[in-house]
Amino acid sequence: MDEQLFTVTVFTENQVGLLNQISIVFTRRCLNIESLSVSPSSINGIHKFTITCYSNRAMMERVVKQIEKRIDVLKSFLYTDDEIVYQEVALYKVPTPRLLDDRTVEEIIRRHNARILEITREYVIIEKTGHSDETESLFDELKKYDIRQFVRSGRVAVTKSPEEYLTMYLEEQECRLNEL
Amino acid sequence: MKELISGSDALIQSLILEGTDMVFGYPGGSIMPVYDRLFDYQDRLKHILVRHEQGATHAAQGYARVTGRTGVVIVTSGPAATNVITGLSDALMDSTPMVVVTGQVATPFLGFDAFQETDVVGITQPITKWSYQIRRAEDVAWAVARAFYIASTGRPGPVVLDITKDAQVGMTEFDYKPCNYIRSYNPRPDIKESDLLKAAELINRAERPMILSGHGVMISGAEAELAELAEKSDIPVATTLLGLSTIPSDHPLYKGMLGMHGNIGPNVNTNRADLIIAIGMRFDDRITGNVKTYARNAKVLHIDIDSSEFGKNIPVDATIHGDARDALLKLLPLIEPRKRTRWLGMFDKPQQIESEQVIERELHPAGPKMTMGEVAAKVSEATGHRAIVVTDVGQNQMLSARYSRYSEPRSIVTSGGLGTMGFGLPAAIGAKMGRPDRTVCFFTGDGGLQMTIQELGTIMEYGTAVKIILLNNNFLGNVRQWQALFFKGRFSQTPLVNPDFVAIAGAYGIPAENVETRDQLDGAIGRMLGHDGPYLINVNIDETDMVFPMTPAGGNVDFVMLNQTEIYPVD
Repeated sequence: MDEQLFTVTVFTENQVGLLNQISIVFTRRCLNIESLSVSPSSINGIHKFTITCYSNRAMMERVVKQIEKRIDVLKSFLYTDDEIVYQEVALYKVPTPRLLDDRTVEEIIRRHNARILEITREYVIIEKTGHSDETESLFDELKKYDIRQFVRSGRVAVTKSPEEYLTMYLEEQECRLNEL
Repeated sequence: MKELISGSDALIQSLILEGTDMVFGYPGGSIMPVYDRLFDYQDRLKHILVRHEQGATHAAQGYARVTGRTGVVIVTSGPAATNVITGLSDALMDSTPMVVVTGQVATPFLGFDAFQETDVVGITQPITKWSYQIRRAEDVAWAVARAFYIASTGRPGPVVLDITKDAQVGMTEFDYKPCNYIRSYNPRPDIKESDLLKAAELINRAERPMILSGHGVMISGAEAELAELAEKSDIPVATTLLGLSTIPSDHPLYKGMLGMHGNIGPNVNTNRADLIIAIGMRFDDRITGNVKTYARNAKVLHIDIDSSEFGKNIPVDATIHGDARDALLKLLPLIEPRKRTRWLGMFDKPQQIESEQVIERELHPAGPKMTMGEVAAKVSEATGHRAIVVTDVGQNQMLSARYSRYSEPRSIVTSGGLGTMGFGLPAAIGAKMGRPDRTVCFFTGDGGLQMTIQELGTIMEYGTAVKIILLNNNFLGNVRQWQALFFKGRFSQTPLVNPDFVAIAGAYGIPAENVETRDQLDGAIGRMLGHDGPYLINVNIDETDMVFPMTPAGGNVDFVMLNQTEIYPVD
């Protein structure tokens, strides 16, 4: 089956050890996690994991079910790129003298919609948000200035769907509690 | 102000409040405060001192499987915690409710490689339903309540509570509240009306449906509803290994066991059926063989409490997500009465061929040495088919499962998913302790028995009346069988040089006898079952005897070997 990039989102209770429980689901199936980001979600006490991984749909559907089976996982969802709006942020550390000597810097920054975060005598920090091909393409252009450091975050994503499935799930659970 | 009690006290009181009457365990450094408190609760909480921590877990599994209650284990940290890994993994595979309490070094020592410290939560997360470290006495009651709720509900499984020494000695108020709700975990999902309608339509329309009854039927106590569904719609029932005894062996609609060494009828007819109704089972590869050709003419209706099983191994056409008994109770009114005489007749020929060419040879072998099947059949007969059958793993497991007959539910205790050699002896101890009113017959091999043979000490100490039938061929028989069939008869490391098992049993004060020849067998079985207490018979088994029929691993489910040279003729 064809491999493609999938985005898995996982919403969990704020309990110790969930990252391990989620990551071993991938490890056991020899799946490489491409990127991972974890942060508190908009709902108090609920954490959100966003994971990207190359695989096929059948495998990823299994992975999502296995993740959801963990006790402290609330919900897990599987998306392809067309179903979400997503971003990454990249930082580039470039030597200042090299940039100053080059007249094209302004044009590069403008064209890539990048930002300069800090300038010192020794280095400049440039920030670029976008998809990985966009941060990659800025990287390629800055290469000639001798990039000292380059780092890219994991993906963050929100769904395009008008339905908010997590909220619906939490409401259902609230009803379940009230029935007890 | 409320009275303060120690974390250890809170632990024991919580266990008692959860209905625990028996724990299997072994003391050690990091659990000593708990054992000290246990001393004062001996009248309310019986502690069974096993001889190795692995034995504690299998005993708890045996107890849980025959009673349906949660098995409880208490051990110390480090090596004790690593010794319970096999039992945890086994319990997860076979959906067995178990709570394992492991001691842990005090919180300030965590992460410093303290004496007998091991990362128990880290190690056990992949093989438990939930694994949690208790670091404060005040968390004990909450964690125990949650542990029992998680272990025993939904698809049952093992839970680990790793309790640090400071949590054991710390003082806390104690106010126990059982857990009945976890926001992120719904163990009893509401069954969808639309799923029921679709399932009923599939069943009512099917010409050749077959029910596959698994362990889930036993766990949910759906045996009566299973029989009702089968009878109402005249559907043949096959069981998985762990589903044995979910329907009596003499029920006219019971057509046998599925799987690699199952009966020919249900295996071959899997590919003739037009509807597979799988209830509380998970399409293990030992059942399906080649998944590409499995049930190729059938739609699949899967009823299970664990939705992650839907479509995991076999594509499904319809599902009912829920407890098996709930599902069947709601499904039954929608099922139209039917007669399926012709379809049921299609089980006659395979049954007859298996009877003549496999079973007859196993029950009445030509040679002077005995076969495992004939021994199991005789033991079963002598118990009136009413015993709990506990097995180890290997040929002894397959043949005792096949040749025993079952008349009541919860009559089989065996390691199915993990296939743990050494499971049997401690599991039989737990089974007998859980159901002292029933006869427990434990079938084992000379290999598996020696993996946990130290538990004979537990039998000695408690006088546990386990009937041990040692099917001794002085070989690792199942591996030998594969070597004979698939590795050109090169018996690499399978012959066993064995001790005098009767003498060993004798050393533990367990009456035992050798059964060298067939004419000694009936008498020995009679003495074993007639004796009021544990008993061992060491039966001289023909090492060339193999388990048949056999659908080789990964092969098609209707490719069945009758013996080393003959294949079942599929028309």
